[in-house]
Amino acid sequence: MKNIEVTPGMFSSAETKPSLKTPITLVAAALVVLIFFGFLGKAGDVSFIWSDKREAIQLPAFVVNSMFFCTLVGALLLLIGLASVVLNIRGGKTPVWLITLYALGAMMALLGWLATEATQGVQMIFILGNTLVLAIPLIFGGMAGIMSERVGVVNIAIEGQLLTGAFVSAILGTITGNLYIGMIAAMVAAGLLSMVLASLAIKYLVEQIIIGVLLNVLVIGVTNFLYSAWVDDDSINRNFPGTFEKLPIPLLSEIPVLGQVLFNNRITVYLMFVLVPLLWYVLFRTKLGLRARAVGEHPLAADTVGINVGRTRFWWVTIGGMVAGLGGASLTLGNVGSFGREMSAGLGFIALAVVILGRWQPIYVTLGALLFGFTIILKVWANQVSPGIPVDFITMVPYLVTLVAVAGFAGKVKPPAASGQPYVKG
Amino acid sequence: MSRKKDIDALKPEQDKATRVLHEIMSGDPVRIALSILLGFIIGAVFMVAFDKNVIKAFEDFGSDPNYALSTIWWTIQDGYGALFSGSIINFGADNFITAIRPFTETLRFAAPLIMAGLGVALTFRVGLFNIGATGQMLVGLAGAIFVSTRLQMPIIIHMLVAVLAAVACAMLWGMIVGFLKARTGAHEVIVTIMLNYVALSLVTYLLREPNLLLEENGGGTPKSDNPDGTARLGLLFGPDFQLHYGLIFAVLSVVFYWWLMDKSTFGFRFRMVGHNPSAARAAGIKVENTFIWAMAISAGFSGLAAANQALSVDGGLTTSNEAGIGFDAITVALLGGSRTGGVVMAGMLFGAFKAGSATMQVAGVSPEVLGVVKALIVLFIAAPPIIRAFYRLPAPGPKVFEAAQKAKAAKVIK
Repeated sequence: MKNIEVTPGMFSSAETKPSLKTPITLVAAALVVLIFFGFLGKAGDVSFIWSDKREAIQLPAFVVNSMFFCTLVGALLLLIGLASVVLNIRGGKTPVWLITLYALGAMMALLGWLATEATQGVQMIFILGNTLVLAIPLIFGGMAGIMSERVGVVNIAIEGQLLTGAFVSAILGTITGNLYIGMIAAMVAAGLLSMVLASLAIKYLVEQIIIGVLLNVLVIGVTNFLYSAWVDDDSINRNFPGTFEKLPIPLLSEIPVLGQVLFNNRITVYLMFVLVPLLWYVLFRTKLGLRARAVGEHPLAADTVGINVGRTRFWWVTIGGMVAGLGGASLTLGNVGSFGREMSAGLGFIALAVVILGRWQPIYVTLGALLFGFTIILKVWANQVSPGIPVDFITMVPYLVTLVAVAGFAGKVKPPAASGQPYVKG
Repeated sequence: MSRKKDIDALKPEQDKATRVLHEIMSGDPVRIALSILLGFIIGAVFMVAFDKNVIKAFEDFGSDPNYALSTIWWTIQDGYGALFSGSIINFGADNFITAIRPFTETLRFAAPLIMAGLGVALTFRVGLFNIGATGQMLVGLAGAIFVSTRLQMPIIIHMLVAVLAAVACAMLWGMIVGFLKARTGAHEVIVTIMLNYVALSLVTYLLREPNLLLEENGGGTPKSDNPDGTARLGLLFGPDFQLHYGLIFAVLSVVFYWWLMDKSTFGFRFRMVGHNPSAARAAGIKVENTFIWAMAISAGFSGLAAANQALSVDGGLTTSNEAGIGFDAITVALLGGSRTGGVVMAGMLFGAFKAGSATMQVAGVSPEVLGVVKALIVLFIAAPPIIRAFYRLPAPGPKVFEAAQKAKAAKVIK
C-alpha cells in the first residue's frame, strides 16, 4: 500500500499500528470470567440442553458443575488471550476466528453461571435461534451502513429506514394479503427515503448527519401519526400480517443443533445468508466494488480516473436503503407479526455501532450483529432463569465494546477515509 | 441569453428593488416563516386525509359534495384550533385564569426543551455533533433523584443541591465524550449514541438497587420514591397554574448562554474552534481542551433540564421521566440555528406542541400529527434546497451560494 495522506473519517482517527490493546483486553476479560464465574462462582450444577423435544435425533443434556465449567472456560479464554499477546509481540494481529471463539467461550461461561441450578437449564436451541432472528434486522441495517459508508456517505437514517420497512411491510402485507408484496414494498419505500438522504447529501451538500437525524424524526412522526390515526382503528384489516412460514431446508435442518438454529427459518433469514456473502464478494472481488471503495476512500482520485462519484454514491446509498427496508420487513414479517409504535427502538443506531465493530466488512459486521442479538435475548432469558440478577450490566457490554473499539483501544478501526465528506467537483 | 443582458444584470443600480426583494426572500427570517407554514400545511393534509369524518363524507361525495368539502375545513379548524386553545389562549374560558392557563402550560413544557436545546446548540457552535443529551439527562436525573429522595435538607437548599447534583452528574458524563474525542479522536456522534445506551442501562440499574435509588418496599420495577417536598420546584403563580420554578432556571440558562457565547472570551474560543479548528490551533487555542469544556458545559444545560424533569412531578421517577427531551433538544437547536433567540423561539414552538396535544386529543384529532409537522419544519430549515424548490425562491446569489456551500463542505466533520 502506498502511503497516502488520509484525512480521518468520521468515526475514528485511531492509530493503525498494531497495539497491545486487543490482547490486554482479552486477557483482562478472561481473568474476570476465571475469577468471578470460576473461582468465586456458584457451586451448583448447570445443564446445557441441546435438543428440542420435537427433534428426531435427541442429544443428551450436558450437565456439569458450574464452578468447574467456568474455571475451565476461563482458563481456555486466558490461553487465547496469551496466544494473542504472543502473536502481537511477533508483529501479527489476532485473527478474527480466534476472537469469535473467545466470544463464544465467554458466552457459554456467562450462560452457565446464570443458569446454575435453574430447573429448565440452558436451552441452547432457544438462545441461539433467537440470537439469529433478533440479529437479522441488525445485520440488514449493518449491510445498509456498510454500503453507504463504503462510498463515503454517513447514513444515520438507518433507524428511519428500518422503521419505514417495518411499517410498510406490515400494512401492505395485510392489505394485499401477500407478505412478499409487503416485503418488496418495504424495500421500495425505504429506498425512496434513502434517495432523499442521498440527493440532499450528495447534490445539495446538506450536512449528512443532520439529514439522517431529521429523516429519523420524520419517519417516527409519520408512522406514529398513521398508527394512531388510521392503523389502530382497524388493526385486524390493516396491521395483522402474521409472519412468513418457516421453511425447513430438507436434510440440512435435520442436523442436530445447527439444523434447528440455522436451517429451520423464515425467508428473511435465508435472504441474509445470501446477501452477506454476496455483498462481501461484490465489494472485494468485483470491479463494481473496487470503484465503490475508491469513491469512499479517495473521491478525487476516483473522479480523475473517470468514475462518476455522485452517481456511484447515489445508487449505493439507495440500494443500501432498500436492504435496510428488508431489515424492517424482517422485524415484522420475520419475527413479530405486526407493526408496533417505534418498534425499531434504536436498532438502526445499534446497526451503526455494529458497522464500526465489524470494521466495514460484511462478515465481521454479521458477527458483531450476532453479539448484539445475543445480548437482547440474554436480557429476556436471564430474567426468567435467575431473577434478581442485574442484567443491566450485561446489556451494557456490547455498547461498551463498541466504545472501546471506536476509541481505538481494540486495535485497528479504520473507516473509509472519505466517509462523511461531501465531494465537490472542481 | 445575450451577452449584453448578462452584463446589464450585473449593474447594481439597474434593478435595485428586485435585488432587495431577492435578498429578503432568500434570507433567514422569511425562509423560516415559509418552512413553518409549509410544515403546518402538510400537517393539515395528513390530518384531513386520515380523518374519519372526512373519509366518511367523501365516501358519499356524490350526494353532498359541499358537505364533504366543508368537512375538510372543519377538521383543520378543529385540529389547529385545539392546538391554539391548548397552547396559547383559550377564548372559550369563562375567566381570565383559565383563559391564559394554556400559555403557562406552553412555558412549562418549553423550559426543559430550551435548557437542553441550548446545551446541544452550544456543541453545534463548537463544531461538535452531540446527540448525547439523552444520556446526559438520564445521568443528571439519577443525581437529582439521589439528592431529592435520599438526603434530608431544609427547603430551597435541598432543591438547589438537587439541581446542582443533576448538573454535576450530567457534566461528568458529558466530559467523557469530550475526553474521548480529545484523546483518541473518536467521533462524538457514535460515542454519544453509545453513551446514551450505557446511561440507560446504568441508571436503570441504579433505580433497581434498594441501597441506591429504588423506592421503599419497591419490587422488580426500577422506580424511585417521590422526591421530597423540600426538594420540589415550587409553583410560580400559585395553585391555579402548574408552572413552576423550572422556568426561572430556563431564563437563567438563556441569559448565561447568551453571555457565554456572545460576550465572553470563552465563547469566542468556542466559536473560533467551530469555525476553523486549524486556525484556532494556530492562534494558540487548545482545541482538545475546548472540546472537553464545551461538552461539559453543554451537558450541564442537559442536567438542568433533567433537574426540571425530576423535581417537578408527583410520583416516583423512572428513566421515562426524561420524556424524549434529549432527542427533541437536537431539533430545537437545529430549528433555532443554535442562536440564543432562535433556541428560545424553537423551544416555545415545540413546548406549545406538547401543551396543545391534550386539547387536540379531546377535539378528536390525533396529536401525533404534530410530530410530523415538527419533523418537517426542522427538515425544511436544515435543508434549504427543499424549501427553495417548493416556493421557487431564488438562491442567495449563485456565486455567494456556491461559495457558502464550498466553505461548508470544507469544514464538514473533521
